[in-house]
Amino acid sequence: MTADAKPMAAARVRTRFWRAPLLNSLPLRLSVLVICLLWTLPTAGLFVTSFRNPQLITKTGWWDAIFNAFAPGQWTLSNYQNVLGGDNMGTAFLNSLIVTIPSTVIPITIAAFAAYAFAWIPFRGRGIIFTIVVALLVVPLQMALIPILKIYSGASLYGTFVGIWLAHTAFGLPLAIFLLYNFMSQLPRDLFESSSIDGASAFQTFIRIVLPLSIPALGAFAIFQFLWVWNDLLVALVFLGVGKDVQVMPTALYNMIGPRGGAWHLLTAGAFLTMIVPLGVFLALQRAFVRGILAGSVK
Amino acid sequence: MALAGVGGQDRKPKAAAYGTSPWVLVASLIGLVIAAFGVMALVDKHGGVNILAWFYDQIGRATDATALRNGGGDQFYAKLILAVVALYVGVGGVWLVFTGASTIVERFPAKLRDTVLPWIFIAPALLLLGIYLVYPAVGTVIRSFQDKQGAFTLDNWTVLTTGPFLEILRNNVLWLFITTAGSVGLGLLVAALFDRIRRESLAKIFVFTPLAISLVGATVIWKFVYAQQPPSQPQFGLLNAIWTAFGNKPIAWATTFPINLPAEMIIMIWLQTGFAMVVLSAAIKGVSVEVLEAARLDGASERQIFFGVIIPLIRGSIITVTTTIAIATLKIFDIVWSMSGGINHDSVVAVRMFQEMFQFFNDGHAAALATILFVAVLPVMFLNLRNFRRQAAM
Repeated sequence: MTADAKPMAAARVRTRFWRAPLLNSLPLRLSVLVICLLWTLPTAGLFVTSFRNPQLITKTGWWDAIFNAFAPGQWTLSNYQNVLGGDNMGTAFLNSLIVTIPSTVIPITIAAFAAYAFAWIPFRGRGIIFTIVVALLVVPLQMALIPILKIYSGASLYGTFVGIWLAHTAFGLPLAIFLLYNFMSQLPRDLFESSSIDGASAFQTFIRIVLPLSIPALGAFAIFQFLWVWNDLLVALVFLGVGKDVQVMPTALYNMIGPRGGAWHLLTAGAFLTMIVPLGVFLALQRAFVRGILAGSVK
Repeated sequence: MALAGVGGQDRKPKAAAYGTSPWVLVASLIGLVIAAFGVMALVDKHGGVNILAWFYDQIGRATDATALRNGGGDQFYAKLILAVVALYVGVGGVWLVFTGASTIVERFPAKLRDTVLPWIFIAPALLLLGIYLVYPAVGTVIRSFQDKQGAFTLDNWTVLTTGPFLEILRNNVLWLFITTAGSVGLGLLVAALFDRIRRESLAKIFVFTPLAISLVGATVIWKFVYAQQPPSQPQFGLLNAIWTAFGNKPIAWATTFPINLPAEMIIMIWLQTGFAMVVLSAAIKGVSVEVLEAARLDGASERQIFFGVIIPLIRGSIITVTTTIAIATLKIFDIVWSMSGGINHDSVVAVRMFQEMFQFFNDGHAAALATILFVAVLPVMFLNLRNFRRQAAM
């Protein structure tokens, strides 16, 4: 959807040209520093506080702890121990994994088959159906909540993992199909012709050629969907609810905010626990994530 | 599109390896039967417990089994089993359906096969999209015109013109414009600034990383920044610490109307700027050197180049980023819901809709609110469709 990156060499030439007059300018360096600080300090405060002695958190600011980092009794791990045990964050962590992994893998599988058919197998009604998929890209999921909830309470799917997997799968499908279609339709036609000469069926062509070649697109969507599902609060609240045995991490964190506005030692530790997995995934797979964003910024 | 005829009349023997062998069919059918049992275990709320308890019974640990059934014991492992079953059913099951169905269909005569096969490939997707998006969307629009007994009424819509709802709609409009403009503007600024420094990719990580954080998590982060103590006590919230250092009285940023509106919007801007920056930075790098050089030779200043050359050239990317962030902002729920629940004149459409569903039990109002969001994205939908039609000649 967006401009393609130019070849590396051209980018390098351009950058050198662009930088020359400004490289040493102090205002530029200062403003970059300020921006980086603004985007880091809030999270840093949370992180530092989550390891502080609960008694000290409301007595002094978290920056004080950094200046007095070696004062006795400054740091503790007890906040994390309390949150994991007493606030069911441990269970919520496991629930989040149980919800997120199938909710990521299932839509990819279903969308890959569909995108392949849309891109390479002509059939009647293909254009119309795909247009509907594109239209569904932007439909707010709020439109789906009431009727689905009615179905779920009738079919006793409310509060089950199956229910939320199906919901996340369906809500992720339009983007998944769209992204994978864009990628697969760009594959060279020769591939399919030679495969056809070898006598491979459509199914075999899909498994042997299309799927392995589409791994970059599959990976990009996987990261996208993983982060979206892991961080989601609304769908989890509506379809899973706040039961201790099924609640996911954002729900658990939300529950901690309400009754204990002042329990910052627990709230900060809980918040940081919810971030570990997405931050890890994100920092490890940043390139693929950026690729996904550049390809799919339509949702 | 030569693929439909693929593998037709003169299929070579070696090609019959995967997807056509009868054993594949048998194996997928067996796998599907197992998957069906898996589904039963999953739909049952105590599925994981039952499986583990049954297993304990088999190996003679009856006490452990009883403990599990009574809600004690190794609940952790019960859940783990459930997760494994889920992955088997969710991923394996879907593959087995496709494999099995394709294997059957490929035994059909060529013509019939070519007609049926694509439909098998898109059937699961169509089924889910139909049940989870198309049908409910239509149902929600209809419900917005019904009262609790199901009779036609316009009340759900007329109530939106009364006091509290007008406030909600106003807040949503403010969110939409301020947050979108803020994120795109800052993203553009950051992209342009960072483009000129040496450690660009490192600097980008700082701005980009919040994108991985959940909205609830980000709300907790900022709640801590906004934290307020009585004037006599030390301020541990960063903002009030700075604010009172200049001799001001501490402010409850997160709960005082109207300052709480920008306080909440900043959270979203803080998250979305990284997204805008990434897309716009890629677009800026796509502007060709020749164009920039030509502009500079013509004597244009840096500022003129940026506003007169670069911005018009990356217009497409700016529109994409703007619509994406606008749609996300329109549906904003998590931040307001976990910051205050919308009690300080800061409620928005999605929050009120949630309350109508679960606190006031008025589905008609909730449906009308959802439909407002839907109507608001319609222009973007048409834009997408037009772009798509133009790109692809399907």
